[in-house]
Amino acid sequence: MVESARGMIIASLIGDAFTWLQDPGDAFAGGDISQRIVEHLGMVGISVGAALIPALAAGLAIGHTRRAEFVTVTVANLGRAIPSFAILAFFFPITLKLGLGLSNWPAIIALFFLAIPPILTNAYVGVREVDPDVTEAARGMGMSGWQILRRVELPIAGPLIVAGIRTSAVQVVATATLAALVAGGGLGRFIVDGFALNEYEVVLGGAILVALLAIATEVVFSVIEKVVSPGGLRRKTGFAPVYTDMAQTSEVG
Amino acid sequence: MKEQPFIRWDWIADHTDEIWARLLEHVQLTALAVGIGLLISLPLAVLAYRRRVFYPPLTWVTGILYTIPSLALFAILVPYTGATSRTTAEIGLVSYTLLILIRNIVAGLDGVAADVKEAARGMGYSPNQLLLRVEIPLALPAIAAGIRIATVTTIGLVTITALLGQGGLGYFILLGLNRVFTTATMLGAVLSALLAILVDRLLILAEQRLTPWSRARAA
Repeated sequence: MVESARGMIIASLIGDAFTWLQDPGDAFAGGDISQRIVEHLGMVGISVGAALIPALAAGLAIGHTRRAEFVTVTVANLGRAIPSFAILAFFFPITLKLGLGLSNWPAIIALFFLAIPPILTNAYVGVREVDPDVTEAARGMGMSGWQILRRVELPIAGPLIVAGIRTSAVQVVATATLAALVAGGGLGRFIVDGFALNEYEVVLGGAILVALLAIATEVVFSVIEKVVSPGGLRRKTGFAPVYTDMAQTSEVG
Repeated sequence: MKEQPFIRWDWIADHTDEIWARLLEHVQLTALAVGIGLLISLPLAVLAYRRRVFYPPLTWVTGILYTIPSLALFAILVPYTGATSRTTAEIGLVSYTLLILIRNIVAGLDGVAADVKEAARGMGYSPNQLLLRVEIPLALPAIAAGIRIATVTTIGLVTITALLGQGGLGYFILLGLNRVFTTATMLGAVLSALLAILVDRLLILAEQRLTPWSRARAA
């Protein structure tokens, strides 16, 4: 009896969650859905966009010159070892002290640092893994180092670079949810406020939205990855074993 | 409010017992998740290795599980398994280990040289003997790498299970957040990062002990 009653409550909760998604009605928790989605994507866009510049520049430079390679390994390992929740919590008091108040900034700064390792390592591995015969041939044709990077290494490394950005973006979409724990906005607000106000359909609805957003991000970047693959080099499907963190840096947030 | 120093060492010194207890909780939650993850992944991976058709759907499903943000996954599980239950935490943690483990086990088994398998078959090994005595031992480096990555990832995720009242080092991070007390936040963050690095090193050592023949190419 108790079990079946519980089952019905749960079934109706999922129904309520979808009703809420279509029409928030008089639910208090979290606020406006479309506004929260925009906020969430805004945090992701700013942090990943800002991370692209240093991460790609360093990754490509290190892969091309083969200098200071330890930097990429260190960044990858640190990125994996330090929990994303810890980074987020770490920046909260700092931005509070800087007078940025209760805003999205602690989350954005933390997400920026989180976004760097996968992009950096994949750019580095992508350029490093370019067949030396190919770069040798390019040099023999009289290309300068810069030309080799732009016209040979970059196109060949393209898919792997996009894969790095994908890993990074998915991870940041996930972790941006935690921004609500440090007084930020985004879709995490529905989960956190819904719990606080006992509006469980809002919690569940918010969770569904975040999950869908993460999966959508993954799918969009997978498509881009296919598009940037040079025709002759389409990667075979199937996975290589993951021996090191390189090119596979991913962490769930 | 009195201005606090960034790190209050006296607070840390006063709480060594609790720090130790939270550290142990963290290790327990991680070990349980990776252990259960391995128990689920191993048969599924062997199935996918022997019957190839199962591999794409398996990676697809576990890939989706892996993509769902942890806070959302915990939130979805709460009405079924409770808001402060270890079950909720462990279901979430286990589901994140599956993709990594299955991928690496299958890749490891795939990497076993065909003539080695042929030789074993010629010596009269049954498929199960072949698996247990030849394929799995030879796939061990890839499997161990999977366990390593899954473990380090889980150590990071366990910090979030503090929200479900599960303790662990995330407890300090949460405490620091709620009271704007940097000492606790830094303590939780630094200890969980150190734990991840230490466990990573230990697992590499264990892997080298278990597979002395591959020492030559160990990175």
